[in-house]
Amino acid sequence: MEIKKGIAVSPGISIAKSLVIDAEDYRIPRRSIQPSQRLTEIQRVKNAFTGAIDELTEFEAAQDQSTSSKIKDIFAVHSRFLHDRILRKKMTDLVHSQLVTAEYAVSATMREIASHFTKVKDAYISERAADIYDIERRLLKQLLGKRREDVERLTEEVAVVARELSPTQTAGFNRVFVKGLATDAGGRTSHTAIVARSLGIPAVVALEDLTETIRAGDTVIIDGNRGIVIINPDEQTIGQYQEYSREFLELEHKLDAIREKPAITRDGTKITLLGNIEFPDEAEIVLQKGGEGIGLYRTEFLYLNRDTEPTEQDHYEAYAETVSVFKKRPVIIRTVDLGADKYTQRKRFAPEPNPFLGLRSIRFCLQNLMMFKTQLHAILRASVLGQVKVMFPLITNLQEMMQAKFILRDVMEDLDEESIPYNRDIEIGIMIETPSAALTAFTLARDIDFFSLGTNDLVQYTLAVDRGNELVSTLYSAADPAVLRLIRTVIQDAYKAQIDVSICGEMASEPEYIMLLLGLGVRTMSITSPMIPEIKQIIRSVTMEDCNSVARKILSMNTERQISSYLRNAVRKILPEAF
Amino acid sequence: MEKLVCETTVEVKNADGLHMRPAMQLVDVASRFECDISVSNNENTVDGKSIMQVSMLAAGCGTRVKIKAEGQDAQEALDALRELVEDRHFDEPTPKSVKREA
Repeated sequence: MEIKKGIAVSPGISIAKSLVIDAEDYRIPRRSIQPSQRLTEIQRVKNAFTGAIDELTEFEAAQDQSTSSKIKDIFAVHSRFLHDRILRKKMTDLVHSQLVTAEYAVSATMREIASHFTKVKDAYISERAADIYDIERRLLKQLLGKRREDVERLTEEVAVVARELSPTQTAGFNRVFVKGLATDAGGRTSHTAIVARSLGIPAVVALEDLTETIRAGDTVIIDGNRGIVIINPDEQTIGQYQEYSREFLELEHKLDAIREKPAITRDGTKITLLGNIEFPDEAEIVLQKGGEGIGLYRTEFLYLNRDTEPTEQDHYEAYAETVSVFKKRPVIIRTVDLGADKYTQRKRFAPEPNPFLGLRSIRFCLQNLMMFKTQLHAILRASVLGQVKVMFPLITNLQEMMQAKFILRDVMEDLDEESIPYNRDIEIGIMIETPSAALTAFTLARDIDFFSLGTNDLVQYTLAVDRGNELVSTLYSAADPAVLRLIRTVIQDAYKAQIDVSICGEMASEPEYIMLLLGLGVRTMSITSPMIPEIKQIIRSVTMEDCNSVARKILSMNTERQISSYLRNAVRKILPEAF
Repeated sequence: MEKLVCETTVEVKNADGLHMRPAMQLVDVASRFECDISVSNNENTVDGKSIMQVSMLAAGCGTRVKIKAEGQDAQEALDALRELVEDRHFDEPTPKSVKREA
């Protein structure tokens, strides 16, 4: 039994067998297997060779006369390596004698060969190490690609363990069987955390070397409440956790009971609670948890986990499915936010040296108008089905906002010409998630229908902290005075211009921030669905008077430490039952 | 039937030495024969039908390589390999011819 401590990012308890998945571009850690898994892993090595040979043959066949003989030679060399029985045996022997995974055996063997080449004095020969790395990638792609398929075609409950999960990996999860997530990297707002919360499964991140400690198939307890992961727990521990899990579910059930009750403070201020979703089928969960609409419909899923770009009809069907669940209640569709952390790994999105400051989100859309217009066309077409609103992400200045609006008008004209009905008065909003947008909110507010505060990016860009980097992630905090001042500015400017303002970042799902946000003037919050009952419970237990005084007090404080400790202590006094 | 064992020493003559592509040619020729074939430089002896091992010999231009064949068609195998290494020098330029071109 081994206990590891990380950061709890999604509540709940799961007890399941682990499924360890890697990414091709990481160094594969040494990972042990049980002796009983030897044959399976040896077979996986063999299958990887067969698969890689098939892929290479297909690729070679696709080449034509014009391919240079040098390139053909490279493929021919790769093919000889893949047919080399001695090479394959070296790997299967390693699995057998050292009890390691197929991935590790492949990677370790190829790297040993590569390092042999780099030591050769003859420069021409030593450069051949690059070929060896290429062949390693070919084999790993077979193994890791299959693992991804494994996650999609599960037949039993598992806990997924990885260094870090990419959107492409999580988009393919079979949600009936994935019971928990645990990753080496990440923070509260990492992609893994967001996905886990939206799926309502427990998750712990920032476990550092978990993937090197755990063996595939080990039983693992993921405690998403306390941020603990237990590898191979003993009988007694499993018993305790089963009991704990039952109690937790009972509490959840109790919170579900307030589903039908409105989110009103004790002194009568009505708060609107909306849900954040990523997939159309989550809409139903939002409704079950008592959400009054969708405040943030992320649309990146349409682009991930597939080889071709989605068609207008693909977009339309996804939106229509969600809107039909909410009928006349609001559904805010955010136009695609690809790039940076949502990097699609497809070749045409060439890697950028500094992707968070690069071509992402609305910038990407404005440079890829065909793609952008396809999405807007579908959103407009779906706008007659209910109360659809459209929202542009990562706006940094007025010009960008006007450009995006102009393109929307353009698409409206297209629809007019095609005689397709749409809501001409569709509400258009922007996300405020850069300091520049927050500081110019007063100007932006004059030409837009609503603001939505995206606190995850706003915090990262204001404090210049990468939320996924463990080395600095402690500096990432929504309780920083700079962030809070920007939020207050945006809310005040929205009030002055009489436009709606909501908050859709992770901050609104954190119980300790609720009183502060209400005190700052927030009346609409969009949060991950599993948190809706708990946040509603808090809203129903406070008065606006208390919230206003919390906000006043906090705005007079100068350090993040002071603010977060005040939030923890003082708010706990007012709301003992929520913590 | 008695097992035929033959041995010969050849010199790598092409300018770039026994890199990937020549290693591939050598393995391809060796694989055409039934007999076991081993290739050695001063330090290591490897299987002549494994591209991994042959390329890892990293025999540069001028290296003398010992080839040993065991089996029915050992002699034919050696003749073919000698032709590849010494006569055709892997269809690549030798240092001399490189100079002449320059």
